[in-house]
Amino acid sequence: MEEYSIYFERYGYFSLFFVVALLVPAGMLFASFLFKIIGIRKDNPTPVKTDIYEAGIRTFSSQWSGFNFRYYTFAMMFLIFDVEVIFLFPWAASFIKLNDAYGLIVLIEMFIFIGVLILGWFLAWKQKAMEWI
Amino acid sequence: MISFNTLNLFLVDLLSFLPDKLVFTISGLIMSVAICTFLIGLGSVYTWFERRVIARFQNRSGPNRWGPFGILQPIADAVKLLIKEDIIPATADKMVFIAAPIIFLCTTLLVYAFLPLGIDSQLGNINVALLFVLGITSVNALSVFMAGWASRNKYATLGAIRAVAMLISYEVPMAISLMGIVMVSQSLSLVGIVNAQSNIPFIILQPLGAITFMIAAIAEMSRAPFDMIESESELIGGYITEYAGMKFAVFQLSEFLAPIFTASLFTVLFLGGSNPLKFLEFLPIPGILWFASKSFVITAILLWFRSTWPRLRIDQIMGFAWKVLMPAAILNTLLVGLELVFIRDNYILQIIINMLIFVVFIYLIANILGQKRLKLKEPVPSELANMDA
Repeated sequence: MEEYSIYFERYGYFSLFFVVALLVPAGMLFASFLFKIIGIRKDNPTPVKTDIYEAGIRTFSSQWSGFNFRYYTFAMMFLIFDVEVIFLFPWAASFIKLNDAYGLIVLIEMFIFIGVLILGWFLAWKQKAMEWI
Repeated sequence: MISFNTLNLFLVDLLSFLPDKLVFTISGLIMSVAICTFLIGLGSVYTWFERRVIARFQNRSGPNRWGPFGILQPIADAVKLLIKEDIIPATADKMVFIAAPIIFLCTTLLVYAFLPLGIDSQLGNINVALLFVLGITSVNALSVFMAGWASRNKYATLGAIRAVAMLISYEVPMAISLMGIVMVSQSLSLVGIVNAQSNIPFIILQPLGAITFMIAAIAEMSRAPFDMIESESELIGGYITEYAGMKFAVFQLSEFLAPIFTASLFTVLFLGGSNPLKFLEFLPIPGILWFASKSFVITAILLWFRSTWPRLRIDQIMGFAWKVLMPAAILNTLLVGLELVFIRDNYILQIIINMLIFVVFIYLIANILGQKRLKLKEPVPSELANMDA
């Protein structure tokens, strides 16, 4: 009993909650589908209705036409700094313990690590990676 | 004392004649259904509350026909959206189109799994709950992009691309601003963070981290002044353009649940969660009521922001995340590190230093970024505009 209790408190309840949270929106959409079957909800798609919305005119080219994708620099910066976040979390979560064991060097090492990234951050700013090009 | 754990123990005792696994499954299912139903109801009532408050800000009445003060308006909306014709575009990718709202609402509900609503009032207590919350909130970007891409609509695709760029940009300062509280509380579990705030809430100890997290969280839930994702005047409705009927309702519901979730998370991380305020400790108020009232105050402040600030441009939004919030969050982390090494037990000195640096930082940002841009040139009247001639 006790063994199950600890296990269920950690992950079992969460997996049950995940199933319920997935079923709630699915059930809402299913209710809408049932209403269509019963006939309460109208369902009469015509070519004009099922055309995509384009501010009143007929669609004349594919959506797959080229888009000027100006955000790739943000994606690259996000990748770099999100990896930084991954390194920072375990350091932060055991900072006081590490500091009591090894002294000031724990903080200085993180200063150096963040300093290197700050240099890259300045370079990115200088090269206008943070601007709308 | 009302708490989830007493409810759980009561259910387990009630069902003890069944095998162990079945007992826990049934009690977990009952609690999960209770939380989901409560959240859906809360979100529906919140739509009414938000519309009424925004109307008051704009000197209107707002919805006031159905029931007292119009409180039955959410039910009328739900019935209307349920019997509305649900159109899927002929060119759309149907599987992804239908899956996007389900994933959006599911991830919004999942955030509440490990949130301590009171003393012993959480569904589960894992030791990496903070990482879980950060991870599950970033899935929103995925479902927004799924919705926009599957619509095969140019406006929707543009909105989705903007959404992903903005959501991932604000993800980084949001995570780094939490580093300070992790360092002080030495725990990644939300229960541990709440317990670490029994003396001083972290908003007083680390105002810079708190304000950074607040701004980044407003951007993460993509509301005004950061509602670039569905800017009505430019992109029709952004990723939501092609959605109608119940799918639209699911998207709206999860968008209206987002401020409640943000307020709850801010309460847990920076306002001390279910801990009572220091000077009101003698009152016999249960922890869950403290939590609810603190969250309500934050929700009202978020509404105030939404209704009074104009929307920013997309380049201003992206620049703000990387040029202002990033250094603020890193400054907060390094400052907390230095304080923990040299003046760990002197809380008063820590608060004074942090408050001073907070004020100086805000002043510098306002003067460097704000004032320069406001110096407009004197308007030169055109010679053609001379009406007297």
